[in-house]
Amino acid sequence: MGQAPIIEARQVTKVYTMGDQKVHALRGIDLEIAPGEFTAIMGPSGSGKSTLMNLIGALDQPTSGDMRIEGHSLSTMRPDDLADLRNRTLGFVFQQFNLLPRANALQNVKLPLRYARHEHIDADARARECLELVGLGERMDHRPAQLSGGQQQRVAIARALAGKPHIILADEPTGALDTKTSADIMELLVSLNASGITIILVTHEPEVAEFAQRQIHFRDGLIESDERRAS
Amino acid sequence: MKFSVAIASAIEALFANLLRSFLTMLGIIIGVASVMTMMAMGEGAKARIDEQISALGASTLTLRPGSMRRGGRSMGAGAATPFTEADLDALAALPYAGAVSGQLNSSVTAVSGQTNWSTSLTGTDDAYFEIHDWHPVEGRIFTPREVRTGAAVAVIGKSIVENLFDGTDPLGQRIRVNNVPVSVIGVLEEKGQSSFGSDRDDVIIIPLTTARNRIIGAHRTTPKNVSRIEVMVADGYDLKEAQNELVEYMRDRRHIKAGGDDDFMVFNIADFVRARSATQATMGVLLAFMAAVALFVGGVGVMNIMLVSVTERTREIGLRMALGARGSDIMVQFLAEALVLCGTGGLIGVTLGFAGSWIAAKTGGWEMAISPQITLISLGAAVVVGLFFGYFPARRAARLNPIDALRYE
Ligand SMILES: Nc1ncnc2c1ncn2[C@@H]1O[C@H](COP(=O)(O)OP(=O)(O)OP(=O)(O)O)[C@@H](O)[C@H]1O
Ligand SMILES: [Mg+2]
Repeated sequence: MGQAPIIEARQVTKVYTMGDQKVHALRGIDLEIAPGEFTAIMGPSGSGKSTLMNLIGALDQPTSGDMRIEGHSLSTMRPDDLADLRNRTLGFVFQQFNLLPRANALQNVKLPLRYARHEHIDADARARECLELVGLGERMDHRPAQLSGGQQQRVAIARALAGKPHIILADEPTGALDTKTSADIMELLVSLNASGITIILVTHEPEVAEFAQRQIHFRDGLIESDERRAS
Repeated sequence: MKFSVAIASAIEALFANLLRSFLTMLGIIIGVASVMTMMAMGEGAKARIDEQISALGASTLTLRPGSMRRGGRSMGAGAATPFTEADLDALAALPYAGAVSGQLNSSVTAVSGQTNWSTSLTGTDDAYFEIHDWHPVEGRIFTPREVRTGAAVAVIGKSIVENLFDGTDPLGQRIRVNNVPVSVIGVLEEKGQSSFGSDRDDVIIIPLTTARNRIIGAHRTTPKNVSRIEVMVADGYDLKEAQNELVEYMRDRRHIKAGGDDDFMVFNIADFVRARSATQATMGVLLAFMAAVALFVGGVGVMNIMLVSVTERTREIGLRMALGARGSDIMVQFLAEALVLCGTGGLIGVTLGFAGSWIAAKTGGWEMAISPQITLISLGAAVVVGLFFGYFPARRAARLNPIDALRYE
């Protein structure tokens, strides 16, 4: 490969302390993800998948070890820089969509652009473009409640795309969707990946994971297996 | 995030839950409305007092027999030797005395035809009208000659016309004042209520000598007595200095030894009214304090609802942070909401304040005194309250940890 990894984890551990009880969610993860990769993370419930995603997403800090995004070590960054990193480099897709219920599709997609302080882009045009891309050009003024689950997740993906991210993090994006809709969403993600965006996806469904080039299996806070599919 | 965007979405949030927003604002509305009404009332009362001071004659000194004992206990005015017409002549000769008037006052019953009316009688001279800047709207005032000769003539106030003559032309008519007939030669312009609430137009004014000789009667030991003297200080003389000189002059005339207490009083109307306005000012401070408390309580209400809102919207805050909002963006968002709540409350409050001041002015009988400053101060108070009480909830929101907020149930 030879290319510098876009995501790099070195001996990353995460320990949650609840009272006098300690939960070792991650026990020392070493991981490199190259730019443009499409990775699926699988594993039993509680094995630490979401914990890792939150660390990659700069939403949380590891207990020990080093997590680097595009070469920047997250533990050395200030909160405002982390916010800017999330805004410019990362895009999140959640299992429960996490759309603002009172805002329509267009407003939801524009939300991250409000916090974009470096580039001066036409937020409205960019949001429309993203909604077109996910196939919701006709539904821009619909509120989440007026959309199906699959459509809501498309809005969420459009929102993740708005800031032109390098990485999309999707934690069980199809977890709340039926098989057919899941496949549609996965095809959308594949096409985004084809345009160069690095995608990391957590899923419990093998058929969903099949869309990825690389499958990582977690068990008890450790990587159990890491397989690349020849494409 | 631009502040204008934050304000716009704060307005949206306000409309999203209109009833709750309104209830939250209620405290601010009441607070601002009362701050505004209190200030307007204060201003109005002050303006009215100033007006009264000038109406009463800002340069008039009033002399009365009697003494102010130490500790403020006053001896009955009747106990001291009354002034006399000789005093009037002597005072008139002083350089700083522009005009001098002597008076005798009494309560009387006035009768015209079948109508009875209890009123007050003032026996005085022509200078009285000059000092009080009080002029007839019909007929004339009495001449110095009529004062000297004790003519049976009367100048009456508007209320006498209404109560005794039922509004018909009283000129040339007769009034029996305590059974003494006098004929009306003039009607005075309307003065309205005094600051004590009495009707200044409810008065019959006749020559001093007529009042003393035929109606009130002279003092037992001092003929030609007057019970009250008013001295209008001439232009170019300082009121306070004139007052001090007058006291010395009268002590001399009344043979009071050095160190002895005055057996008369000299005061100027302005002092008197100001003393009254001081109590009103205290009242004003008290009311303003209550208004401030109302505003404070309103602010606490806003803070309470904002805290609830931050808790309710924890997940939303987490989402915004995941999408790249900085702590400061979240802070600005919630401050903007507090500001919009309080600002809107402030605007409604100012509107109500206008209404309140108008009502207060109507009932208090003074001009509505809402200045742009009062409006600005009231609105400013609302904004300050918004910032002050919005800060703590906003900071709490801004300090949330993104992942904890996002996972919050
Ligand atoms: N905030 C937290 N406080 C305490 N323990 C936590 C917290 N978040 C996760 N854990 C624990 O850490 C471990 C890993 O959790 P994580 O959410 O990463 O699992 P997961 O692999 O995503 O599971 P699932 O497939 O059910 O989503 C679990 O044992 C979980 O109980
Ligand atoms: Mg999970």
